[in-house]
Amino acid sequence: MRRRNEFKEMNENIYSEVTVEMKGITKTFTGVVANYKVDFKAEAGKIHAVLGENGAGKTTLMNILYGIYQPDEGEIFVKGRRVKLKSPRDAINLGIGMVHQHFMLIPPHSVAENIVLGLKGSSFFYPAEKIKKKLLEISSKYGLEINPDAKVWQLSVGEQQRVEILKTLFRGSDILILDEPTSVLTPPETKNLFKTLKKMADEGKTIIFITHKLEEVMNVSDEVTVLREGKVVFTSETSKTNKKELAKEMVGREILFNSELGNGKFVKDRVSLEVEKISVLNDKGLLALKNVSFTVSEGEILGVAGVAGNGQKELVEAITGLRKVLKGKIKILGKDLTNKSPREIHGIGVSHIPEERVKTGIVPNLSVMENVVLRDYYHPPFSNGFFLNWKFIRAYTQNLVDQYRILTPNLNTPVKLLSGGNIQRIILAREISRHPKLIIASHPTYGLDIAATEHIHKLLREQKGKGAAVLLVSEDLDEIMSLSDRVIVLFRGEIIGEFKASEAKIEEIGLMMAGVKG
Amino acid sequence: MKIKIEKTSFPSKTKSLTVTLFSVITALLTAAAIFQFYGVNPLSAYEKILYGAFGTPYAWSETIVKTIPLLLCSIGLGVAFKAVIWNIGAEGQLLIGAITATCVALNFPNLPSISLLPLMFISGFIGGAVWGLIPGFLKAEFEADEIITTLMLNYIAENLLKYLVYGPWKGSEEWGFPYTNKFSVSAQLPRIPNTRIHYPTLLIGLILTVLLYILMTKTKLGYEIRVVGESREASKYAGINFKKIILIVMIISGGLAGLAGVGEVAGIHHRLKVGISPGYGYTAIIIAWLGKLNPLGILIASVLFGGLMVGGDMIQVSLGLPFSVINMFNGLILFFVVSGEFLMRYKIKIKR
Amino acid sequence: MEVELIISVLKLTMEAGTPLLLGTLGEIYAERSGVLNLGVEGMMIMGAVTAFASTIYTGNPWVGVAAAAAVGGLMSLIHSFISITLKGNQIVSGLALTMFGLGLSGLIGKNYIGLTVRRINEFSIPALSKIPFLGPIIFQHDLLVYLSLALVPIMWFILFKTRIGINIRSVGENPAAADTLGVNVVLTRYLCVFTGGVLAGVAGAYLSLVYTPEWIEGMTAGKGWIVIALTIFSTWNPLNALVGAYLFGGIDAIQFNLQPLGIPVNVLKMLPYLMTIIVLLMVTRKTIRKKIGAPAALGIPYSREEK
Repeated sequence: MRRRNEFKEMNENIYSEVTVEMKGITKTFTGVVANYKVDFKAEAGKIHAVLGENGAGKTTLMNILYGIYQPDEGEIFVKGRRVKLKSPRDAINLGIGMVHQHFMLIPPHSVAENIVLGLKGSSFFYPAEKIKKKLLEISSKYGLEINPDAKVWQLSVGEQQRVEILKTLFRGSDILILDEPTSVLTPPETKNLFKTLKKMADEGKTIIFITHKLEEVMNVSDEVTVLREGKVVFTSETSKTNKKELAKEMVGREILFNSELGNGKFVKDRVSLEVEKISVLNDKGLLALKNVSFTVSEGEILGVAGVAGNGQKELVEAITGLRKVLKGKIKILGKDLTNKSPREIHGIGVSHIPEERVKTGIVPNLSVMENVVLRDYYHPPFSNGFFLNWKFIRAYTQNLVDQYRILTPNLNTPVKLLSGGNIQRIILAREISRHPKLIIASHPTYGLDIAATEHIHKLLREQKGKGAAVLLVSEDLDEIMSLSDRVIVLFRGEIIGEFKASEAKIEEIGLMMAGVKG
Repeated sequence: MKIKIEKTSFPSKTKSLTVTLFSVITALLTAAAIFQFYGVNPLSAYEKILYGAFGTPYAWSETIVKTIPLLLCSIGLGVAFKAVIWNIGAEGQLLIGAITATCVALNFPNLPSISLLPLMFISGFIGGAVWGLIPGFLKAEFEADEIITTLMLNYIAENLLKYLVYGPWKGSEEWGFPYTNKFSVSAQLPRIPNTRIHYPTLLIGLILTVLLYILMTKTKLGYEIRVVGESREASKYAGINFKKIILIVMIISGGLAGLAGVGEVAGIHHRLKVGISPGYGYTAIIIAWLGKLNPLGILIASVLFGGLMVGGDMIQVSLGLPFSVINMFNGLILFFVVSGEFLMRYKIKIKR
Repeated sequence: MEVELIISVLKLTMEAGTPLLLGTLGEIYAERSGVLNLGVEGMMIMGAVTAFASTIYTGNPWVGVAAAAAVGGLMSLIHSFISITLKGNQIVSGLALTMFGLGLSGLIGKNYIGLTVRRINEFSIPALSKIPFLGPIIFQHDLLVYLSLALVPIMWFILFKTRIGINIRSVGENPAAADTLGVNVVLTRYLCVFTGGVLAGVAGAYLSLVYTPEWIEGMTAGKGWIVIALTIFSTWNPLNALVGAYLFGGIDAIQFNLQPLGIPVNVLKMLPYLMTIIVLLMVTRKTIRKKIGAPAALGIPYSREEK
């Protein structure tokens, strides 16, 4: 850090140059204001963090800078020139590169094919073959090792991110935008990424990265801009601010760190879920879980930590009956429910808050009422014999809407018109109101704002207090640590470690997520 | 001035209706242009179609005659499309229904109507349902694309029918025509006097329209069909047996098309022959789509297309146009209806 | 005698397979770019009637082929406009295209029924056609057969070894990614669907100018649908399309030779359709096993500003 500063002083005249300036940017989507009169500035040779909650408008702002969206109002200056960015191609030509949160890669294609896609001046014949040499040069220069011939779908998430960064470097970008780059990485991978970013900044590139993690802002950024509800509320040199102040600006009020740990009655000897040496295949037909065993007891929250793609999804689907178990046994409340139907498993008192809320958890075009009964429509009092009991369903839904503070114009509104938080409340209302004995919660607060997140955490704690067993799968280590009694870490389909949450250290878990045994 | 296209969340019923009407009218105008180009005065062509379809009591009766098979096929397809199962095979299912009913009629000519006719309807339903179950099963078990399988089965059914009427079932009294022998009187459906309206089939069609409406809105099965159609993932999560729904939906839509086939042989032709369906099964696809998969909408659209088919017959005779012109209308209407959906999903805003 | 029969069957196989090959090559491009075009039957039959009519007028079958290509391309633009620009349902739009084509071709072709046309001449390749056995099978055809054969490696090479090919496949797999990198998604898709239309039109021309040189209403008889199935069968690879098309050409060719054996003609006519279902079942299982999926964005309209 110090070395960098000395270096910087020597070259002050070059490096204090403002490369990106956005003035008065306003952008609305079908009536929703995503950005309102945003001013933003980033300098060459510096890492600039854009901090904010989910839905604060960070990604929209950066998508505007990358030419994906056009602002309704406002001006953009790049390297001192006023520019109009009609498409990403314009941005690329100006030397802007972006690594999206959801990677923009073509999984069946090779690394080289992905990098050459849309590349100006690439040769017409055998374009992928002809860039390999240069690709290897760049990748070794920045420590981004990669096999150009590997198909992208075979790569780990960290490697895929490398491809994305290489894509921008290959295009000679000197302004690099990264959207939540660490959300999918293990702690060691994160460290490596930051090393690369610092190296790039030292070379005079402008680095902008979007995040909602205060820790990262403090660790790597030189400057920080905080967005809240589409507006810039704070901007500063990172060294002149602190975590507490940033948190306050981000949320708009004081929040507590290290919120209380799980505190329900915890009855060790009454096991609700018993997973015995199960093996499960993933969609590609490969082994996703190998001999996994664990238990969850009444009143206990068991957190499952791990980087996405290490078997969490398959584990949840196996327990809830959505995926076939190859070997092993799943016992719930003492009953063997291995490979039983989702309906049978739900019937015994198992709730499932699915990972892909909109794709799996609800039917977007159906009404609130129809979604509330999605899991229970088939039995009385929701229906009898052949017919649905609409009168009862309506009253039941009204009750849940009131109880769980679901904001909806009326009960016939298609749920796709509701906000993410309200959709998640519908799912929770449905899954929790039937007094479950076991709750499988997969990424329950992903993408929600703080208020909704807190509400959902409260509901899960309440259920624990009532004696429900909870299996909590999340990529958010803070969430796992603050809610769980015990934590297991999944790596490549195996449990690589187990802790009491009160005794665990985040660093240790981080290492395990990367496959290093404790 | 700037033109901006925005996504709208949910079109109102009036907007949906206006856009649909507008689509149909635009399609008819386009067809008019084609007629003009072809050297046929479009005004007189449309006048003839309209008169031929709705101008006289006789025209009305013929329109209803055509409405019967269209309605039966399209309400069944409506259910399949709701589940997003692309049954393009109503034509073949109709033909098989006609074949199985004919089989009963030719083998039991001496049974009284009261038992023979229901038997024919039942066998026609089963025939159509089985013809629908084949692609349904192939989709449920092997994920075979139902668009292609149902279509191929149409061609197979058509050739099977030809084989039968040119071969083993060729009538001894028909002087070499590809017809079966005429059905016995007890295998012929009663008609409203002085028309060809075989009212039992019409009644069956109307009753089934109401029943399917109730099925889709008030019952567990209807709910399951809708969930499956909207989201396969969510239906799995809800514990709905997707394979079972595919099969049920194919039984319903295939069976109903089969009933339409029974109506044609027992109510109109009184024998099996080549050409008993001028593409009812294909036209039904458009009717189902145009009626927005809603039974009332489908009923109205069936009458309109029934009229179009009768009118099409008229211009075929009086203007010397080939019957396939109907296909052109069908295609055009479908084009504009899909395009119209753009207007419903998006708002075009003009900013100054 | 035996050998001559085999030669004639195999030669016919290639001829019968040619329209299927042309159609399948085109549909592969359309689907690789993410657009499902079920209107092949409609474009093909419009190609057939256009080729026939313009050959009657001009006396030159190559004018007919060119006209058929143009009409096929034009027809495909309707589908492109609805499914790419208006983001309409591709299945419905494709079905509409097929119906429209069947209807309009009937209208146009009405006055041409029963007429005869100057068909495209055979062009025996010197020397090669003299090779015993193989010569008469492979090298005594008309130019369209050779053209379709040449297109197989060319279209394969373009798709997998050139910049355009990477663009096409990327647009069909992940249009948003291609878009952010500056690939023109809309244009790429239009061009691919247009290629499909042109080739379907030429396939139609082959039917009415070579295969059965006359105009019969509905003469494509489901060949456009077989093309759709062959596209899946080929796992979207032009090289495999050759195998599929000639397999079905073979079924057609055998039909003619089985007729004298007393099998009813309508039973024989069921064969290609039955075979399509069987082939579809085979490849569907194969694709599931080998994880060769369809292009990921197939059938899904792309719009940039979705929120």
